[in-house]
Amino acid sequence: MKRKVFAYPYIVWMVLFIAVPMLFIFYYAFNVDGSFSFSKFWATLSDPEKWRVLWVSIEIAFGTTVFCLLLGYPVAYILSNMRRSVAGFISVLFFVPMWMNFVLRTYAWQAILEYAIPNLLGWADKTLTGSVGSVMMVLVYNFIPFMVMPLYNSLSKIDKSLIEASGDLGANKRMTFFKVVLPLSVPGIVSGITMVFIPAITAFTVPALIGNGNYNLYGNEIEMAFKQAAGSSGAADYSVGSTLSIILLLCVFISTAIMNRFDKDHEEGGNLL
Amino acid sequence: MKKFFCSVLALLMLASFAGCGSANDANNNNGEVFADGDQYGQIGGELNILNWGEYIDPELITLFEEETGVKVNYVEMTSNEEMLIKLKSSDCVYDMCFPSEYIIEQLIASDLLMPLDMDKLPNAKNIAADKLEITDSFDPGNKYSLPYMWGTVGILYNTKMVEEPVTSWSVLWDEKYAGQIWMYDSVRDSIGITLKYLGYDLNTRNPEEIAEARDLLIAQKPLRKGFGTDNMRSSMVNGKAAMAVIYSGDAFCCMDENEDLAYAVPMEGSNVWFDNVVIPKTAKNTEAAHAFINFLNDGAIAARNTEFIYYSTPNQAAMDRLDEYFTENETYNPPKEVLDRCTVFHDLGEFVSVYNEAWSKIKMK
Repeated sequence: MKRKVFAYPYIVWMVLFIAVPMLFIFYYAFNVDGSFSFSKFWATLSDPEKWRVLWVSIEIAFGTTVFCLLLGYPVAYILSNMRRSVAGFISVLFFVPMWMNFVLRTYAWQAILEYAIPNLLGWADKTLTGSVGSVMMVLVYNFIPFMVMPLYNSLSKIDKSLIEASGDLGANKRMTFFKVVLPLSVPGIVSGITMVFIPAITAFTVPALIGNGNYNLYGNEIEMAFKQAAGSSGAADYSVGSTLSIILLLCVFISTAIMNRFDKDHEEGGNLL
Repeated sequence: MKKFFCSVLALLMLASFAGCGSANDANNNNGEVFADGDQYGQIGGELNILNWGEYIDPELITLFEEETGVKVNYVEMTSNEEMLIKLKSSDCVYDMCFPSEYIIEQLIASDLLMPLDMDKLPNAKNIAADKLEITDSFDPGNKYSLPYMWGTVGILYNTKMVEEPVTSWSVLWDEKYAGQIWMYDSVRDSIGITLKYLGYDLNTRNPEEIAEARDLLIAQKPLRKGFGTDNMRSSMVNGKAAMAVIYSGDAFCCMDENEDLAYAVPMEGSNVWFDNVVIPKTAKNTEAAHAFINFLNDGAIAARNTEFIYYSTPNQAAMDRLDEYFTENETYNPPKEVLDRCTVFHDLGEFVSVYNEAWSKIKMK
C-alpha cells in the first residue's frame, strides 16, 4: 500500500493540468454574467457553420486514420516477421524523426511541398500546399508511427505455433492471415486507430501551416475563438471557444468509448472482423 | 506579422534560396555613433522590452547596454493581442513596448499607459511633423506614444505574371490569377482593404457594409492561394504566387530579393499603420525606458535601425541620412498622394465582434 505514495505526484499533475483547466472550460461555457446558464452554449451550437467544420474535421481525421492503417499494417506485419534485432533497429529508424519537434517537421514539409518537389519536377510557378490532399498527407506522415508501433506490438506477440497449426490444418497463407493473424491483431488495430484518430481530429498546426489557411479544422476554429476573445476590448468572453472545446471533448470521449467497446469484445473472445 | 523575416526565411527555405538581409548595408553614418551628440551616462538597472519579432537591429541593444550600463531583457511577441494580454495582466513586468495604433487607443482608454516625459526625450524633435499629425488621431497630443515604424498595406505583385499595372484592389478578384493570390491572415487588414475596395471606411460600424465585404471575400475563395503571414514572403520571392496583400516593409524586403516584384497601394486607398513605443503604467525603470526611446530617436541610430529592418522610419533626421535606395523608393517612402488616400485603423470597442464573426465565416468556408 505504501507504493501509492509514488502515484501522488502524478495525481497532483493530473488535477493541476487536466482537471482544473477542464473546470475552467465548463465555467466559461456556462457562466453568463455570473450565473449558470445554457444561453451562450446553445447560441454557439445553433451555428450550422460550426457543425460543418466539425464534420470536415471528422472526415479528414477518418481519412488520415484509414491511410495510416493501410500503410502501417503491411509495415508492422513485415517488421513482426523479421528477426527481433533487425526489427528493433528498423523501428528505431522509424521513430528517429519523432525525436525532432513536430512543428519543425511540419515546417520542413511546408518547404518540401511549396518549393522542393515542384522545383524538382520543373513546375516553377506551382506549389503543392493549400489542398486537402497535402494536409492529409502531412497528417499521415506525422501520425503513422503511432499506428505502426501498436500494430507491431500486437503482431509480434502472436504465437507463431498458431500460424503453423493453421497451415497444418490446410489453410493457405491468405486464409491464415485473414482467419488467424488479422483477428489476433485487433487490439493493435484498435489502439492504433485511437492513437491516430484523436490527435488528427484535434490537429491545428498542420492545417495552419500546410493548408495556407484555406482548410481550417475544428482545432483552428477553437484557436480563433480564443484569440478573438482575448484580443477584444473589455472583459474577454471565452464562451464560444469553451463550448467548441466541450464538443470536441465529447467527440474524443465517444470515439474512445467506441474503441474500448471493440477492444473489450475482442478480449471476451468475440471475433469482429 | 510586421517583422523582418530573414532568420525565418533561412530556416524555411532550402540552401538555394538566399535570405534577405545584408544586401544593402549602406553605411552613410560616417562612423559616428550619435547624430545629436548625446551623453547617456550610467543609468543601470534592468529594462524589460516587449517588441515584435526581428523588429530591431540587435547591435543597437548592445550599444545601448554599453552606453548606459542597463541590462536589457528583450522579449518578442507575434501579435497585438498577445501584447494586450500581457499588458492587461496585473503582474506586467515590461518597461516599454511597441503596439499598433488601435491597440494604443484601447490601452489609453483602459488607463494602462504612462504619459511620456518629453523633457527626457529631446530627440523626439527628430520625428517628422506630418507623421505626428497622423499619430495624433489615435493618441491626441502624442502624450503617451511616439511612432517607431510605419508603413502601408498594399499589393506586392510579380511583374512577370501580372502584365497590367496594378492600380485597383479589383485585381484580387480577377479570375486570370486564380490560385495565385495571397491574402493577409488578419481580420482588420483583409476586411479593411475589401471595405476600401467597396468604397467604404475601413473603420466602418455599419454591419451591412461588413456583410458585403464578407461575401466578397467568401466569393474570392476559389481564386485565393490562401491566407498567409510570414510564409507569403518566401513564396513571393520565389515566384510561387502572382500577388500578395502585404505590409510595405515586407514588400520592400522582398523586392530587394527579387527584382521582378513591385508594390502598389491601390487607388481606392488602404491602411496606413504605425507601430509606436509606449511605457506601461506599471513600468519600473522609467529612467532607462525614456533613455532608450530617446536613443532610438537619435538620427544616426534610427537610420541604422531602419536600414536593418527595412520598415519605414518616421524620424526625419534618419531620413536625411538614408541614401536614395531608401528615400527614393515609393514603397519605403510613399509620396503624399498615396498617404492621403490611406486611413489609420481605430479601435472598434465591442463592435469588433461583428468583424470577428464575419472573419470566422470567411475562414471557415
